Amino acid sequence: MVGSLALAPAGGLSAVRAGEPYLSVERLGKRFGRFAALSDVSLSVSAGEFVCFLGPSGCGKTTLLRAIAGLDPPSEGRIVQAGADITALPPSARDFGIVFQSYALFPNLTVAENVGYGLRGRAWPKPRRAERVRELLDLVGLADQGAKYPAQLSGGQQQRVALARALAPEPGLLLLDEPLSALDAIVRHGLRAELRALQRRLGITSIMVTHDQEEAMAIADRIVVMRQGRIEQVGTAEELYERPASAFVAAFIGRSSAFDAVAEGEAIRSADGHLLPCPAAFGFPRGEALRVFLRPEHLRFGPDAAGAPGAFPARVAAIEFHGGFCRIAFESRRLRLEAVSPPERLRALGLAPGAEVPVLLPPERLRLFRA
Amino acid sequence: MSGTATLRLRMAPDMRLARIALWLAAALFAAALVAPMAMLLVRAAQDQAGAFVGLANVAAYAGTPALASSVWNSVWTSALSTAIVVPLAFAYAYALARACIPLKGLFRAAMLIPILAPTLLPALAMITLFGNQGLFRPWLPEGFSVYGPWGIVAAQVFANFPHAAIILSVALATADARLYEAATVLRASRLRIFLTVTLPGAAYGLVSAAVVAFTLAITDFGIPKVVGGNFNVLATDVYKQVVGQQNFNMGAVVGLVLLVPAVVGFFLERWAGRQRAATLSGRAVAYVPAPRPARDLPLFLLALAVALVLVGIVGVAAWSSLVAFWPWNLSLTLANYDFARFDANGWGSVVTSVQMALLAALLGTPVVFTLAYLLERGPARGALGTALRLAVTMPLAIPGLVLGLAYILFFNHPANPLGVLYGTLAILVLNSIVHFYTVAHLAATAAIRQLDPEFEAVGASLKVPLWHTFARVTVPISLPAVLEVAVYLFVNAMTTVSAVIFLYGPATKTASVAVVHMDEAGQQSAAAAMACVILAITAAAKLLQIAAGGAVERATQRWRRR
Repeated sequence: MVGSLALAPAGGLSAVRAGEPYLSVERLGKRFGRFAALSDVSLSVSAGEFVCFLGPSGCGKTTLLRAIAGLDPPSEGRIVQAGADITALPPSARDFGIVFQSYALFPNLTVAENVGYGLRGRAWPKPRRAERVRELLDLVGLADQGAKYPAQLSGGQQQRVALARALAPEPGLLLLDEPLSALDAIVRHGLRAELRALQRRLGITSIMVTHDQEEAMAIADRIVVMRQGRIEQVGTAEELYERPASAFVAAFIGRSSAFDAVAEGEAIRSADGHLLPCPAAFGFPRGEALRVFLRPEHLRFGPDAAGAPGAFPARVAAIEFHGGFCRIAFESRRLRLEAVSPPERLRALGLAPGAEVPVLLPPERLRLFRA
Repeated sequence: MSGTATLRLRMAPDMRLARIALWLAAALFAAALVAPMAMLLVRAAQDQAGAFVGLANVAAYAGTPALASSVWNSVWTSALSTAIVVPLAFAYAYALARACIPLKGLFRAAMLIPILAPTLLPALAMITLFGNQGLFRPWLPEGFSVYGPWGIVAAQVFANFPHAAIILSVALATADARLYEAATVLRASRLRIFLTVTLPGAAYGLVSAAVVAFTLAITDFGIPKVVGGNFNVLATDVYKQVVGQQNFNMGAVVGLVLLVPAVVGFFLERWAGRQRAATLSGRAVAYVPAPRPARDLPLFLLALAVALVLVGIVGVAAWSSLVAFWPWNLSLTLANYDFARFDANGWGSVVTSVQMALLAALLGTPVVFTLAYLLERGPARGALGTALRLAVTMPLAIPGLVLGLAYILFFNHPANPLGVLYGTLAILVLNSIVHFYTVAHLAATAAIRQLDPEFEAVGASLKVPLWHTFARVTVPISLPAVLEVAVYLFVNAMTTVSAVIFLYGPATKTASVAVVHMDEAGQQSAAAAMACVILAITAAAKLLQIAAGGAVERATQRWRRR
């Protein structure tokens, strides 16, 4: 069944020469008066890749997506899709399908009419069109819902219809503008996995905008972290988590204990006076102000930390129970540190709020950034 | 700097078409609004021979005591009618929105009646009731005359009541129940809740209602024309200068004076509208009143009294139109409806009015709706979009009399090739569409703004032209609003006097103008009959809209049901 769909990006792939990206964005800039919504954004996306634009609201991720779609043209720079410069083209002359957070389904048309909305003209005679609509409704699991109106469907179903509508004319590029944000948590997780599976199956190059890092990490081949109209870092979820390129990415992706410190040779001194061994500090001039990050799973405490060089006592400030794991907040002077641990281990240690235990910040796990 | 600064965007064919449509709209507004108004300004600064005299006409105007006194007359009668109509409309709207009273549907319908009638109708009813041979004349004090300020104020209260009541109904209908719950939990008294929650919530509605009532009163022509007697106001001054003395330059000056309150009111109203939008959050919970006899009964009685007066005044006009020879022979007859006895055009003026109103609705609605759509969702960036957005709001600030005067000065100018329009039905239709444009545009815009702004983006990504999405999605969803706009244009074109009084020709006299003429000729019963015919036609149009609205909903709005 899937084979007969012929959903691989038609036309798009063939035009891309081997080794060249399917989509490339070169030095894109967008200004609204004196405000720079995008500045100097360069990026390339390979054919079949799933890329997420991630960042806090106002970081420019939606602006970048809309520039790629031609909905808000950039002030400068170049966009090349499938070997052709599309920067100056209107949206209707580009090759993409788009799904919005609001679904933007036409409420007065049935589900089938919505899906078939872009299947017009000589290329889509009636029987072929009906056939195609059926295929797509099958694909998104709504085969029996074609005669209904959007208002009669749940949010998750509506978003599937929007997806089917975007895919119907076989676009080379799928753009998704926070497609899951309007859904509740359970539906969101389910649809996320389905979206990913569908994208893999069709092999369609996809770009999704999201502000939810967990979503981006779960779904994307590569994540583009944006901030204030610029790209902070591009990489896989693992690269971003393990090797953040900036303090912003370290703070934005995953949880961390973070504090200010200064470099002191092969150690750092925190703002409240803890002297912590840290070989990486050698790369910074003595006295340089730093921002220090440590992942919760790397903080060692209790017997694991006792006696180790650089260990110091800290008080348990709070314990949150999360089912499979617990979060523990430690305090030592003004330093606040976070750890995670299985509940059994805490029980074995008899750890409770108020208890004082040794903690260790493993020197090789500390991530340092110029403050 | 490698050529990036000159990124020239290509325009899709559908967008180019939309752009051409916007330019056409701009040309229409230039010819039918901007140029005539500019002509009015020019003529106000010229003498009769056409020489430029600067502010000499204004100086002459200010130096004429009779003219200057009508400014004061206009202001105080309008202020008085506003001071009466706003509290009354507030109480009525409060009864409908915040009390548990029966017959709300009927009260809502009664509230709207005056909108369907020309303002001449209440003025004629005032004469029937309180005139020199009026029904209540024996009980009125010696020396009292309804011809003058009292008749004007009373008729204006009737005519402007629905406008204030609609605005206040909207202001009171959108209340956040949680504010009332919070206030009650904090043990605030009812009076305190009213003063601290209800009134502030409706404050901008009150400002807006007052501004609208005042502007309508000061720019109305029909009422002072019929019941004003020797009491001069600005609107009748313009008419006298132009029609009586053929002094177009002085008429233009008075017109500009009349423009002042309308323009000030326009900006005040917009300011109030903007403030109001910010007071209600999207998460508000609708307030539903619980029965409380101590509040409900007085409000019910008040609403009943107001509704009875509104219906009664129409009833008086209808009755006086059926009376054989007021006040001596009160036997009922249809003789007054044989208009050929009183006016050369006979029933022809009714036909003219219906033709004009139908054309205004049929031509105006597509223009209004398409332009509103293109301004909201089309390629309306840049100077063209800005200019058009300004142009569509201007008509609201221009009294009908002033626009009509501007039209004669512009279209009657010997050098104007568009002069062929003068005296035709076409100029009446054009004038009606432009005069009532803004409210129609706002209604269309409000309907379009309810649609997802991404529809057009989806359409473009699917390579579907803009006009296809407009025809397949926007218009079908907005059909109720389209119908509303069409009926609004029809009703207002039917009832207006001020917009057409300068523009009709011998073959294009409208029914409303015929009312004025028959009243001038002392044929009050026939004038009342003609006013009732207008009311009957507009009421029929409104009923048709309601019936058609139901049918349209059944046919095309199936998707609204879950």
